[in-house]
Amino acid sequence: MMAIAKASFRSITRSPSAVVFTLVFPLIFITVFGFLKGGSVTLNVALSSHSDQQNSVYIGLISNPAFSVHHDMDSVEQRTLLLKGKLDAIIDIQKVQLDSSSTYDVNLYTTMASAEKGIIVRSMLEHLIDKSNLSAAKIISPMATLKQQELKGRTYSTIDFILPGQLGFSLLSTGVFGTAFVFFNLRQTLVIKRFFATPIRKPFIVMGEALARMVFAMLGAAFLIALGHYAFGFTLINGLATVAEMLVLSAMGLIVFMGFGFVVSGIAKSESTIPPLANIITLPQFLLSGTFFGVENFPTWLQPICKMLPLTYLNDAMRKVAFEGASLLDLGPQLAVITLWGVIIYAIAVKVFRWE
Amino acid sequence: MLYFCVVQTKPIITVKDLQKSYGDFHAVKGISFEVYNGEIFGLLGPNGAGKTTTLEIIETLREKSGGTVIVDGLNIDSQANDIKQIIGVQLQAAGYYPSLSLTELLELFAGLYNMPINTLEMLSRVGLEDKAKAKFKELSGGQKQRFSIATTLINKPKIIFLDEPTTGLDPQARRNLWDLIREVKAMGTTVVITTHYMDEAEQLCDRVAVMEGGKVIALDTPDTLIDNLVASGFERKKEVKKANLEDVFLSLTGQEWRDE
Repeated sequence: MMAIAKASFRSITRSPSAVVFTLVFPLIFITVFGFLKGGSVTLNVALSSHSDQQNSVYIGLISNPAFSVHHDMDSVEQRTLLLKGKLDAIIDIQKVQLDSSSTYDVNLYTTMASAEKGIIVRSMLEHLIDKSNLSAAKIISPMATLKQQELKGRTYSTIDFILPGQLGFSLLSTGVFGTAFVFFNLRQTLVIKRFFATPIRKPFIVMGEALARMVFAMLGAAFLIALGHYAFGFTLINGLATVAEMLVLSAMGLIVFMGFGFVVSGIAKSESTIPPLANIITLPQFLLSGTFFGVENFPTWLQPICKMLPLTYLNDAMRKVAFEGASLLDLGPQLAVITLWGVIIYAIAVKVFRWE
Repeated sequence: MLYFCVVQTKPIITVKDLQKSYGDFHAVKGISFEVYNGEIFGLLGPNGAGKTTTLEIIETLREKSGGTVIVDGLNIDSQANDIKQIIGVQLQAAGYYPSLSLTELLELFAGLYNMPINTLEMLSRVGLEDKAKAKFKELSGGQKQRFSIATTLINKPKIIFLDEPTTGLDPQARRNLWDLIREVKAMGTTVVITTHYMDEAEQLCDRVAVMEGGKVIALDTPDTLIDNLVASGFERKKEVKKANLEDVFLSLTGQEWRDE
């Protein structure tokens, strides 16, 4: 069995697709999301060319870091960019001269192309105008003031969400694609038949293969966690203990996903039917299991489906372990669902698996 | 001479009334034969005669439908795993684990038999010592077959089974493989070989069984079978020349075997 595991491991490390799916893809996603700026909002606004610039609203506008104020465009260009959503709003401030004093008209142009940010611009602008009005009316003690207190928590950055999801995705693809292709090919090329002519027993062939894939996937997982931690500040709440718990979860996930792989290799009629079958299993989970965005973002009718998939629970458990510091014992529901999937999928695998 | 007689008549494989059916199709219809210890035994016959099926049943790779098979005193029904320990099997068109070198493949097989081997010595026995780092798929046809034979020798088997080892090889590679098979025999290993090349059987085999339609229709030494046919009054239509076209080819292109 160790001989098969060793041979299989060597073979996996030399197979481009295994390396790409386990490491390169997740790596790309992690890098991309790791460098994405999270949290702050930038509002791109343009000031119309004849605007008055000697008023408190304008000064408030340019001194607020949320606004990026553009002056270098003519009105045609402003309009085009606004309609494309590249600008969130155009602001036009006109001084109205009355007999003794002057007032200002603030005209705001927003667009459907950037509706959400348009609303933010509007409310912030209203706030600036209110402030100016208050000071113009010489009101020093307003009726109500807002006092915000921010409770200091752990900073939950993009990487804390993305990395567990990518880890799950990596395990899913190695488990399903790798296992399905390898067993199908070994069967087709009579490698397994040749093994049968030696004294090795059948279960050991499968176990040897599984062990090799396990070792490879665990190394990959450890690498992704280490990279995420050191390069992008991925939160590992209890340090190495958290890593160990994540690896235990990875192993559980991988066993379940390899079960899917066995099923695919059993029902595939030819090599070309493996990718569609494997994609039917992996793609929905890739999209719906909270790999890139939380399950709660999906419409309510879709959520029950999301909440059936094993990867949803694996991702969920990973995040709880890594960020909230939950121990494996706290993850009863997640582990129960993953185990249930394992039982179901291996029951099917035993039925459809073929040696020849 | 006396030694030879004793060895040759002691059966190492005994097949009695062996049958194999796939549904309604009877691939093997009750055949019986014995393979003697230390000989090269040929199973001849056209494609579909049941050679490979018979071989795979003896190799424990296929279930039989009826009859008994005894290999070196071990019954195939109850001691299949013990039989696997003492045989070496080369499959028709077998593949090997992808992207491993020959050395690594031999290590794998050594692990399967739980038997340490000197991989380089094993490769040099089949003339592949300079290919130790090559991948199986990079080998030429003849090299592939010689490597396959190397994998059958790892557990120092008493019997090796070769299923059409020379199909598709050029005359030089074929002759080279015959030499290798004779060397294996010289070390005391029994060889069971299937082929549909009669010249190969005539040159290589001590005894041959001719199969047709799932039955053994003749079994004897190649010499005796030829003599019997001649005695029945058979004559070739054309007088045989002292050389044939293969001899011409070999004398033109050289007898020695080349890599590709």
